[in-house]
Amino acid sequence: MEPAALLDCLTSLSCVVTQTTSGLIIGMLFFLVAAGLTLIFGVLGIVNFAHGAFYMVGAYLAYSAYQVTGSYLVAVLAGGFGAAILGVLFERFAIRRVYGENVLLQLLVCYGFVLVADDLVQIIWGSEYLSMGMPQAFRLPPVFIAGGIVPPFYIFIITVAAVFAAVLWFIIERTQYGRIIRATAVNPTMVSALGIPTPLIYLSVFALGMFLAGMAGGLAAPIRALTPGMGFSVLIVSFVVTVIGGMGSVTGALVASILIGLVRSYGSIGFPLFVDGLMYVMMGLVLVLKPNGLLGRQEASRP
Amino acid sequence: MTNHKLNTGRRRFLKTGAATAMALSAPAILRAEGTGAIRVGMPTILSGVVSILGESSVAGAKLVFDEFNASGGLDGRKIELITRDSRAKPEEAAKAVRDLVNGDGCNIILDAEASSGSFAVQEVIKSIGALCLHTVSEATPLSADPALHAPTAFRSARQGIHDAIGGGAYAAAVAKEKGLKRWATCSPDYAYGRTTTAEFMEYAKYFNSDIEVIGQAWPKLFQPDYTEVITRILQWRPDALYSALWGGDLVSFIDQANLYALFDQTETFSVNLGDYPVLTAVEQLPNGMRSGSRYNKVVPNTPENNAFYDAYVAKFGTLPTNWSWENATAATFVIEALKDVGTDDPVKLAEAIRGRTIASPFGVDGTLTMRAEDHTLTGYAVGYGVTTAEEPFMKDFHTSSWEQILELEADWKKRQGFA
Repeated sequence: MEPAALLDCLTSLSCVVTQTTSGLIIGMLFFLVAAGLTLIFGVLGIVNFAHGAFYMVGAYLAYSAYQVTGSYLVAVLAGGFGAAILGVLFERFAIRRVYGENVLLQLLVCYGFVLVADDLVQIIWGSEYLSMGMPQAFRLPPVFIAGGIVPPFYIFIITVAAVFAAVLWFIIERTQYGRIIRATAVNPTMVSALGIPTPLIYLSVFALGMFLAGMAGGLAAPIRALTPGMGFSVLIVSFVVTVIGGMGSVTGALVASILIGLVRSYGSIGFPLFVDGLMYVMMGLVLVLKPNGLLGRQEASRP
Repeated sequence: MTNHKLNTGRRRFLKTGAATAMALSAPAILRAEGTGAIRVGMPTILSGVVSILGESSVAGAKLVFDEFNASGGLDGRKIELITRDSRAKPEEAAKAVRDLVNGDGCNIILDAEASSGSFAVQEVIKSIGALCLHTVSEATPLSADPALHAPTAFRSARQGIHDAIGGGAYAAAVAKEKGLKRWATCSPDYAYGRTTTAEFMEYAKYFNSDIEVIGQAWPKLFQPDYTEVITRILQWRPDALYSALWGGDLVSFIDQANLYALFDQTETFSVNLGDYPVLTAVEQLPNGMRSGSRYNKVVPNTPENNAFYDAYVAKFGTLPTNWSWENATAATFVIEALKDVGTDDPVKLAEAIRGRTIASPFGVDGTLTMRAEDHTLTGYAVGYGVTTAEEPFMKDFHTSSWEQILELEADWKKRQGFA
């Protein structure tokens, strides 16, 4: 423990700027991955253990698209839409068959997909580490704000994540489609009785979740090495975010992601050997004090 | 008549069945003996984040074995390499070794596991007595600690303490020249990262007492985001940074640290940067980063080493790794020992390998020796150089003196109670 170092940091504006922005960066990257996971759990009741695999597929597709086009925008979209298309196939032919089934069966189906995806990635792209490299537009020196260091690429990532958080919130809370999603999460039988094709709703939500995972992989590709199995590393934190924020709450996921980011950022100063521990302590506290998570809803009926 | 025919047929059927059953139930180890193929088992990591470790390990050994087989093998007996995927789990590695020996009839094991797996494999080898060459683990105690000693187990991989002494001497000299006093470290939080870092800094300080370690960061293995670690290092404002990160973790760390211009502010010594897969993956390699010796076509820059590189690339279409040469070395020791004793008896092979010197493209003087006293490899290229973004990716390579390494290693062993 280094509480003196943490105190020094908190009394230094440059340190506060650097650590706060790094906390936001860490948090927003977590959010982009966890948003899809929490959305799928909230509506479909599926603990999507394969979520990390879609993040990985998105990153690899983005890498290939970038190699071909040289456009980061095309790469990110390729990652998102590629993962979404794969998600549609996965939902249609596998996940749909285990809705409402025992959670262990759901985990088994997801784990099977993870193994297949890892092997396919290894066959297609090889086992060597791949790196997209920083797009030319972001090869800029870091910005100094009040003595703190902020990389321009991370300003972009924070902005994109914030825009996606706002768009997601708007879709879910303010549109007819969002109302149907929320209604389906609470009572799918009633929604179905109203003539709304719930299987299509499930499919679209799953595709949206996978789009978010794939897009997160594409966005992070310039700064994270691509390796088969890389999805697992983000999966655990995504589950922590989902639990803290509240299962099914996108806004909760955003709040939890930022909290975790800040805890990791400042924790690395004051408790460098206990950064992961702090995250899990926070999760434990939330589970004890608010078992449904910070912004979680009450348990709903499931498909 | 009909009954007789039926009885004869039944007896023949029973005889044939019994013979088949006996043949199938005989231990595989017996079936493998004699004039059949010589089976060599390799537990390694063939899936997941570090599958490149397994793939390049297999390739390194296969290159040597295929050449041996093409030249006629051991009096016509070919070497068959059987691989098993441990998925980086020590318990799976231990199980794979038992299966390879008892089920597949392998008397020879090339253990291409990471350190945690190798310690598990060593325990199995102690109990079943197959010949084993650890081809990847650099953890020093595996061969240095007498408590772990197995008579038929050897290490053809680098040994951490050798790189630490050579690297420490190099770092100390650079630090003196450039006035680098305040050092930070950033290494993976597990046995390899911690011991390698401690040993490196111990010898850096031994050779240059002005060096002071002002901060140490220990990110988790396969951590995807290093932002908090990088900003922590920036707060320390070190003159120099040492890192034992490796593989994809090192690629991510460099990509992310570039955003903060970390390498413009500190002199960096990254022991594992010199591996081809890392150097070719990093799109924006910062200028002047220093790396330890891993595998490089020009280290040592001899026709033999160049030929190994060319043959490897031609056969597999990928660049060799540090693990490739370590496994190729193990395969060469096995072949030389087989030629000597003419059988795959593990005890006889171990006797033939103990203290043996082989001609090798990876030796500083063209040879490598399997030291008799602790069954570990000596004579390979140890040192540091400056990495470059273009082939050959390394310049100004300084080769460490083995005389100095051996002298200080002996002293280190005494202090550890290993000698």
